[in-house]
Order: sequence, then structure tokens, then C-alpha cells
Amino acid sequence: MLPDERGYFGDYGGQFVPETLMPVLDELATAYKEARADKAFWSEFEALSRDYSGRPTPLYLAERLTENCGGARIFLKREDLAHTGAHKINNALGQGLLARRMGKRRIIAETGAGQHGVAAAAVCAKLGLECIVYMGEEDVRRQSLNVFRMRLMGAEVRPVHGGSRTLKDAINEAIRDWVTNPDTYYLLGSVVGPSPYPVMVRDFQSVIGKETRQQILDKSGRLPDYIIACVGGGSNAIGIFYSFLNDKEVNLIGVEAAGRGLSTGEHAAPLMAGTVGVLHGTKSYVLQTKDGQIRETHSISAGLDYPGVGPEHSYLKDSGRATYVAVTDQEALEGFKLLCKTEGIVPALEPAHAIFHAAKMASSLEKEKTIVVNLSGRGDKDMDIVAQALGVKL
Amino acid sequence: MSKIASAFSPPGHKALIAYVTVGYPSVEATLKVVPLLADSGADIVELGIPFSDPLADGVTIQKSSFHALQNGVTPRLCLELAGQLSQKVNIPLVFMTYYNPVFSYGLDKFCSACAGSGISGIIIPDLPPDEGSDLEAISQRQGLDLIYLLAPTSTGERIRLAAQRSRGFIYLVSVTGVTGARDRVPADLEAFVTRVRNTTAQPLCVGFGISTPEQASRIARIADGVIVGSRIIQLMEKEDDFASLAELVRSLRGSIDKISGQ
Repeated sequence: MLPDERGYFGDYGGQFVPETLMPVLDELATAYKEARADKAFWSEFEALSRDYSGRPTPLYLAERLTENCGGARIFLKREDLAHTGAHKINNALGQGLLARRMGKRRIIAETGAGQHGVAAAAVCAKLGLECIVYMGEEDVRRQSLNVFRMRLMGAEVRPVHGGSRTLKDAINEAIRDWVTNPDTYYLLGSVVGPSPYPVMVRDFQSVIGKETRQQILDKSGRLPDYIIACVGGGSNAIGIFYSFLNDKEVNLIGVEAAGRGLSTGEHAAPLMAGTVGVLHGTKSYVLQTKDGQIRETHSISAGLDYPGVGPEHSYLKDSGRATYVAVTDQEALEGFKLLCKTEGIVPALEPAHAIFHAAKMASSLEKEKTIVVNLSGRGDKDMDIVAQALGVKL
Repeated sequence: MSKIASAFSPPGHKALIAYVTVGYPSVEATLKVVPLLADSGADIVELGIPFSDPLADGVTIQKSSFHALQNGVTPRLCLELAGQLSQKVNIPLVFMTYYNPVFSYGLDKFCSACAGSGISGIIIPDLPPDEGSDLEAISQRQGLDLIYLLAPTSTGERIRLAAQRSRGFIYLVSVTGVTGARDRVPADLEAFVTRVRNTTAQPLCVGFGISTPEQASRIARIADGVIVGSRIIQLMEKEDDFASLAELVRSLRGSIDKISGQ
């Protein structure tokens, strides 16, 4: 069973944090262990997932997309239809309930694209908790709609001016806040960070894969041949992969952001082009210089624009259980347009990476094969960026 | 006696520990300031190897680290400068940095380079004892002290862990928070230091937020050493001759010595 009791998935994971937070992580791990064993905790989580988040989300056969590719059948797991518009609500809800159970009143979170920030803000509003969201200044600019949504739901959004002013710096600042206020609950948004976050976030997101497994069996009578998901920190990918880890016939494919191209160095693909390092409390693949400085990243999608990745993905890569590829900004835009035109679904730029890769693969596969893509979020938030990239003035 | 232990001798001598970010505001400044700190009364100097994501640091050291990285400072250069500085000064020099630059350099290679450059110890704020076994074993083979930290949130069990595993001294973080000059010493600091003191005879040095001689003397009453960082960086921002920096260090020395009765 991974992770082990020290929070390691093979060589990856751990707790590389300042001493101040070590007792806090212990407290969190204990509280989560108790909650995990408590049926009442899960029945509340499930009831709210149904009535508040709108679960289960559909598994949808994308017929015109399939036809367009002329090969394998493509199913979409519609996390874009979940409340707040992305899979992020699953984790925010789970951790929000845990925070309330622990008696915490002040919640901090980081956000890149703003989807986790919006989900955290929604859950805090719903549970009556104070919510502060750290967000890189650059992301505040490119995801202004989400900033407004968070503020409408009562969250305080604090722009972060340090470093590259993106997700990595928002996490740094959230950790600094947490070190200063150890009574605060840190609602981390992905399967990254020190133990127990990678396992806790995975557990809350694994609802995606559990549903998918049942739905695909109902619809096609067998397991899919491929599951494809985009990977930034990696929470939507782990969420859909997890229920299939033991089904060796199911190929698991994670799609990282190749940005302007892996060879340009301007990308956000640590599994494809990084080396092992320690960032934000966990040992995993990281984009870093030869001197161990964390590199600045680039992706058209703010949600993938992160130099690290969850430790379990590093483990799945090394073990060969999952494979990882990378898709450029331009390709993601093609995937984006393709889904809009063939299905009338506007995806977020993050899963647009997965759509592109799925479409490419589908055309080279036989019609009997099936692919499930985790459509992790909807694209409303990305209208400005896409318009700009397509040279359209709104 | 290890070189770091000598900073706490004779018994009752309270150590003054000064932090600088290597290469801030320039490499020349580091070469000039470290001997000045030693001459002005510092017993140990912490040389900060800058890291891109200093999550235990407040704005002052974040800025100095960023600036140093812009100046092209690398771990390799820090080791070279440490080699030069250890020839010039007689006091122990320790590195303070984050785990990734050390891990990326290679633990073995880093520790042997430290030993070769006259470095006496290493402080890594994001490496708790729970994750430190590898570096501990390697650093001990090279005669380096791996200094662990404790915080006001540390439980009795964690205090025993650090007491057992830390070498040279234990770094007590005065507040729950990041580095940076603060107006006052936290009210519950004495209780925290006493909790640790009741567990171990190791030297206890207190850092984070200490900037004035008054604060230093309060710390010296209860601990074995006083660590000053951000205030030193702030003074280095302003001038080339470092006259007010030398004056600060001399007055810190004076206020600490009054306590130890020297």
C-alpha cells in the first residue's frame, strides 16, 4: 500500500518543511486518519458531492469527435459539469469538511488558474469559514474572472508579487502564511506538497475514477483501453487513474504542458524534462537548473504552469505503470477548438491538452478501442486568453 | 572540541551568530563583510546560499536571495568564497540554505566540498530530522555539524528528536513565522527555551526576528546564542563601507557580554 507510513511513494514524497509545520502535519495526518475511518464523514462527503457538487458527473460518448478522428471511440468524463466548473470541487469539499471537523476557522489556499481558489471559496462560503486565497500576480491578471468569482463568494484574494508570480510563488506564500499561523488550515489544491496532502487529495479526487469505472462498464461492457488526463500538479489525473491502477490492460497516460516546445526550455513538463528534486515539501520530479534552483515555467494554461508534480506521478512514471507525454500551447489550442466545434463543449485549456493527445491517438487506433479523457474543467475562464491567442479582440 | 563548540567557550560565553546572503549586494561585499563581522564580535557567521524559493524567509531575505541569484551566485561559487573566507577569519563558518540546492549538488560531493572549504556546519530549514538521516551520516563523516531547528510548535517528542540528532547547537526559531526583523521578542519565548533546556544540554541559539541590542540581551539571558540575520541584510542595502553594520554588531556584542558578565 502506497504511500508508506513516512508518506513515500517509492523514492518520492516525504515531509520537507520547516520544523514549525511538522507538528501541524502530524495533527493533520491524525485527523485525516480518523476521518478516513469514519463512515459519517464519508456519508456527508457523498451527500454533498451529490447535492452540492452535482455528482456523479456524466461519462459522455463524444460521437462527432470520434467520427472526426476516425478511430477509437472517445468518452469524456464530464468534470467540467461539476459545481464551480472543474474537478477541484471534490478536493475542496473533502478538505473543507475535514477542516471543520478539526475546528479550524481560517482557511488558506493557493491557486493557479483560479479553479481551486474558486472551489475553496465556494466550500468556505458554504461551510461558513474564512477563506484567503494566494494567487500569483501574473495569474490574477490572466484569470481575472475567477478572481472576481472568488471575491463574490467572500474570499480574500491576495496577489503574490515574488518570483515568477504564478502558482509556485502562490504556494510559497501560502506556506509562509501557514508557518506564521499554524492554527490555520491549509487547503492545498493538488496531489503535491508534504505528506499527507498527496494521499488526502488523491482520496478525495478518486471519486472521478470510481464513477468512470462503473460508467464505462455500463456503457461498453468492458474497461477502457486508454485513460488520458492532463497533469500540472496531477490531481485530476490521479483522481481518474487511481481506480484503474491494478487493471494492467488499461493504459494510463498523463499529458504535461510542453508550452512553446520542450526543446525551447519554455514549458511546464517536469516528468518529461525534469530531474528529481525537492519542492514545496515533497521529493519528486522538478524543473530545475543544474544548480538546484527552481526554473520558471511557461504554459498557456495557468493550471499547468507549475515546475513540480505530485510524487505519486513520479512513482508511476518510474514504475512504468503510467506514461507521460507533453502537448504544446498551439496543440492545446487545436484541441480546444476541435472540442468546441465537434461537440459544442468549451473545455478549459488544461484538459484541452488531453483532448489534443486523445484525438491524435484515436486516429491511429482501431474503432474497437476506447479512450476516456478526463475533461477536468470548463473553459469559460479562458475566453480572454484564447481570444488573444487567436488574434480576436473581444 | 569541534570548531562550533569553541564559539560557546569558555562556559557561560554567549555566542553571537550573524547571517549574510552570499553575493548580496555583491560578491565583493560578502568578502569584505564576513571579516568585518568577525572583527566586530561575531562568533559564528552563517553564509546563506541563495535559493529561488525561500519559503521560510520573510521579504528581506527573499529579496537578498533573489538579488544574489541575479548576480549569478551558485552553490559552487559559495563554496569557493567560503574557502577564501575561512583563510581570512578564525571563527566557524556555517552554510544556511534549503535542501534542493544541496540535494541537487549531491550530498556526498556537497559535504566533502564543504569540508574542503573550511565550513563547520550546515543549517537547512526545510530539512527536519525525519528527512535528514542521509545528510546526517554523510556530514558526520566529513566532520560537519548538521544543525537542526526547533520551533514554538515543537512537541516534547520532537524536542527530544532534535536534541538527540542535532550537532553543534540547536537553532530555536523564536516565533511561528518566517525570518525578518520584528519589534518585540515573543512573550512565550522564555517558556519555549526552558522546555528545550529541560531536555538537553546542547547549546541553544535563538533566531528569527532579532534585530536590536535590547532584544539580543533578553535572548542572551535565557539562551546560549543569539542569531541576527535580516537586520544585517537591511544595513548592507544602504551603504558601501558597512560602518553602521559594524556598529550594530559591536553593540550586539556589548549587550550580550553584559549578560554573560564578560
